[in-house]
Amino acid sequence: MTSMPKPFIDKHLPRNKLGLSVRNYEGVMSTLCAGCGHDSVTAALVQAFWELDLAPESAAKVSGIGCSSKTTAYFMGQSHGINCVHGRMPSVATGANAVNGQLHYIGISGDGDSLSIGFGQFAHAIRRNLNMLYIIENNGVYGLTKGQFSASADYGSKSKKGVPNEQTPIDPCIQALTLGAGFVARAFSGDKSQLVPLIKAGLMHKGFALIDVISPCVTFNDHAGSTKSYAHTYKYYHPLVHTDFVAHADEITGEYAEDGEMRVTLHDGGELRLRKTDDNYDPRDRAQAIETLMTGESNGEIRTGLLYLNEDLPDMHAANKLPETPLNALPFDALCPGTGALASLQKRYR
Amino acid sequence: MKDIVDATSEVRVNDFVIKIANVNGTGSASANGLLMKAIFRMGVPVVGKNLFPSNIQGLPTWYEIRITKDSYFARSGTAELVVAMNAETYKQDLAEVSPGGFLLYDSTWPRPDLHGRTDITAIGVPLARMCNEHFDNARTRVLMKNMAYVGAVAGLTGIDVEVIRAMVTEMFGTKAHLIDANMKAIELGLHYVRENYPDPLPLKVEAMDATAGHIMIDGNTAAALGCLYAGATFGAWYPITPSTSLMDAFKSFCEKYRVDKDTGEKRFCIVQGEDELASIGMAIGAGWNGARAFTPTSGPGISLMSEFIGFAYYGEVPVVIFDVQRAGPSTGLPTRTQQCDLTLAAYASHGDTKHILVFPANPKECFEMAVQSFDLAERFQTPVFFMTDLDIGMNDWMVPEFGWDDSYAPDRGKVLSKDDLEKIGKFYRYEDRDGDAIPYRTLPGVHPKGAYFTRGSGHNWKGGYTEDSAEYKEVLDRLTRKWKSAAKALPAPVVMRCDQPARRAIVSVGGCDGAVREAMDRLAEDGIHLNYMRVRGFPFSEEVDAFIAEHDEVFVVEQNRDAQLRTLLVNETSADKTRLIPVLDYAGMSANPKFVIEGVKARLEALGDAA
Repeated sequence: MTSMPKPFIDKHLPRNKLGLSVRNYEGVMSTLCAGCGHDSVTAALVQAFWELDLAPESAAKVSGIGCSSKTTAYFMGQSHGINCVHGRMPSVATGANAVNGQLHYIGISGDGDSLSIGFGQFAHAIRRNLNMLYIIENNGVYGLTKGQFSASADYGSKSKKGVPNEQTPIDPCIQALTLGAGFVARAFSGDKSQLVPLIKAGLMHKGFALIDVISPCVTFNDHAGSTKSYAHTYKYYHPLVHTDFVAHADEITGEYAEDGEMRVTLHDGGELRLRKTDDNYDPRDRAQAIETLMTGESNGEIRTGLLYLNEDLPDMHAANKLPETPLNALPFDALCPGTGALASLQKRYR
Repeated sequence: MKDIVDATSEVRVNDFVIKIANVNGTGSASANGLLMKAIFRMGVPVVGKNLFPSNIQGLPTWYEIRITKDSYFARSGTAELVVAMNAETYKQDLAEVSPGGFLLYDSTWPRPDLHGRTDITAIGVPLARMCNEHFDNARTRVLMKNMAYVGAVAGLTGIDVEVIRAMVTEMFGTKAHLIDANMKAIELGLHYVRENYPDPLPLKVEAMDATAGHIMIDGNTAAALGCLYAGATFGAWYPITPSTSLMDAFKSFCEKYRVDKDTGEKRFCIVQGEDELASIGMAIGAGWNGARAFTPTSGPGISLMSEFIGFAYYGEVPVVIFDVQRAGPSTGLPTRTQQCDLTLAAYASHGDTKHILVFPANPKECFEMAVQSFDLAERFQTPVFFMTDLDIGMNDWMVPEFGWDDSYAPDRGKVLSKDDLEKIGKFYRYEDRDGDAIPYRTLPGVHPKGAYFTRGSGHNWKGGYTEDSAEYKEVLDRLTRKWKSAAKALPAPVVMRCDQPARRAIVSVGGCDGAVREAMDRLAEDGIHLNYMRVRGFPFSEEVDAFIAEHDEVFVVEQNRDAQLRTLLVNETSADKTRLIPVLDYAGMSANPKFVIEGVKARLEALGDAA
């Protein structure tokens, strides 16, 4: 088979500020199974980009290998994409980002891609505070190779054949928190109203933004006994914070106001409005975030929302003192010292 | 003790080897460098080979200084003057003194046994005692012992102490106390030998005028300078001997020339990756995004990078990989040299992959070929391997000064601009529009029309995913054509023909050059006349094919066990493999003409033939 374009009819669809419809933010036809959670994430990405009025070419999509990684072809067909090798997307994103920080980098990965083969690169991209949105489409299972457990499969969760998983899971959010990520969120592919604002916020966050999206695999992990099924996720799904994203902020605050709303202006533009649920959860408290996730894990709850936010960490560009003009756009004479310098520097080798 | 001048010793002027045996971590490197550089500044051609252990402190290390009026820069394999500073290796060092040669030892302690060597002369200098008497703390005493033998060697061989003084002054700049202390140690050694061994040795360094217009530099520094001049802005790496100093040098050059004085902004980005897999991934990401990007590594790093290298080959992403080869397999000998990654690099990664390789032979070529590598990578949109080795990369070589042409403009290859994209109807990433097998590429962020999807999975000329056999093969076949077409763009082979018709020839590569040239002179003295070609690029040009075809037999000289260059010649030229005779050295040391001479002679003797 070859990739198939989507029919393009957008006559009656609303336009954003660039005069584009959501169709302009779509990619080729998805080849994933009908009902796959990943397609919902793709749709949320399309929606978020359209709503943010971002020029399609201002995005760069990066991914590794797996069902999730394939999805970078299914959105933003007018953006460059690179679908590299298994588990190594963060390194490609690092190099790409280093030489042009003016693009919006969106990495799409899976639980196998990020937590097994690519666990090291996932961790080190966080340590570098790479300015990117990093989405893990987490289904606890290897789909393309037909149903092996992944590293995020919960202890005791059952395979399609009823065999329980006997290894402890890796929680990407807890990992990201311990590694110092400035934006850590968990979402569910079945809740677009939560996911779209989180994507927008993650894109506008200057630094590494992780969204771990529970995204059920309808073919290999949607049965009774699986803790990553639709039914299980709906049942134990527990939003901690409601997040709204407003494109243009007018005032800067960082505390919950009396009406229970916290407003945070993001460096790259826009404002986050966070509303507390009954849990009295404070997404500024890293230790509490880790504790909340760990207790949630022990009583089977899937705690979601923007779990942690710290806007003050310098990103990789700042840490490396990179110039405003992207490295890939610097004129050659700003890079090559020329004949005179070569003659004088060689004196030290005389 | 024997007389200082052995009657049987012939006087050797500017043609001998000083070998210094020491313990690593004692600061001997700067002392040895001082000696070598002083000889160079006296106008005498010289080369230094550092033999060091894979260790931080406490293991044996040797430094060989070959003073070579005839500019033979290979390792000679002789040691006319051995400075024995390491008790642990004393016996071995003693054994290596060439007949008629000299052994300088520390006579603070009783004279060591000469183990029956009556053909050499031992020279005692109380280095430790003198330093203990004149310096206070323990560390200084150890360091100064090295400077004291510098003075002693200078005194014995005629190395100009004023030249050394000038260098020490440059080295320590305004730190007068360090200049004084080092000079004091040097003078201790110097005065001691002048008083106790007033007759000069038959090993003499005499000023010449043969180093003007030359520099002494190592290949890693030279390659780093090439990266700077090529306009490389991104480098990712994982520390590995013997490539580490390449990135260290690049960083220091960038800090000198690429930091904005007012803002402190850096016009470069260097990332130390978590491993080699990440380092190559980063370089590929930067190359994909339009920067000149590279990663320096060694064999183990290439093994780890292989999957990504195949991705860059198939996705057609430019990137330059510096492979500073060391002895393998596996961890092998990390501080020893070999040319053992030739086949690995040529075909790195699974599936049908073929790469572009360049082979510098010395630091000057490292500088020039580093620049060329970036041009090639962008022009052919593919990984380019820069195949150097520890001997070239980490030893100081005397080479002509580097030149630069300010009219040089980097060859950025076929990259469509925003205006280009406005004008064209539709852009397809892998379309062979010009019929030269090189497609056009676009950079992210430039224009929505330029968007495409880079993938390592099967794709067609439009860049779309495909499992269609014909579409898949079309791209694969174009990649072969593209690779083959690179042969003409690579550095041409260097050919040396002897002045009479020769039926046999040598084909060699990289750092074997010095050994081959010296061996050819020796062989010619014995009436064996050979032509010589040094290949500098892969895929091989037609010239390589023609050169081999011209000769009855070709000796393929290289530094690995498995005759890897020969394998590439068999695979990628029409040469008859029975006429390619391997001459191999894989001991891990800098090439020595002996192995070439012996290899050639052994073959000729076996045939009962002369050249």
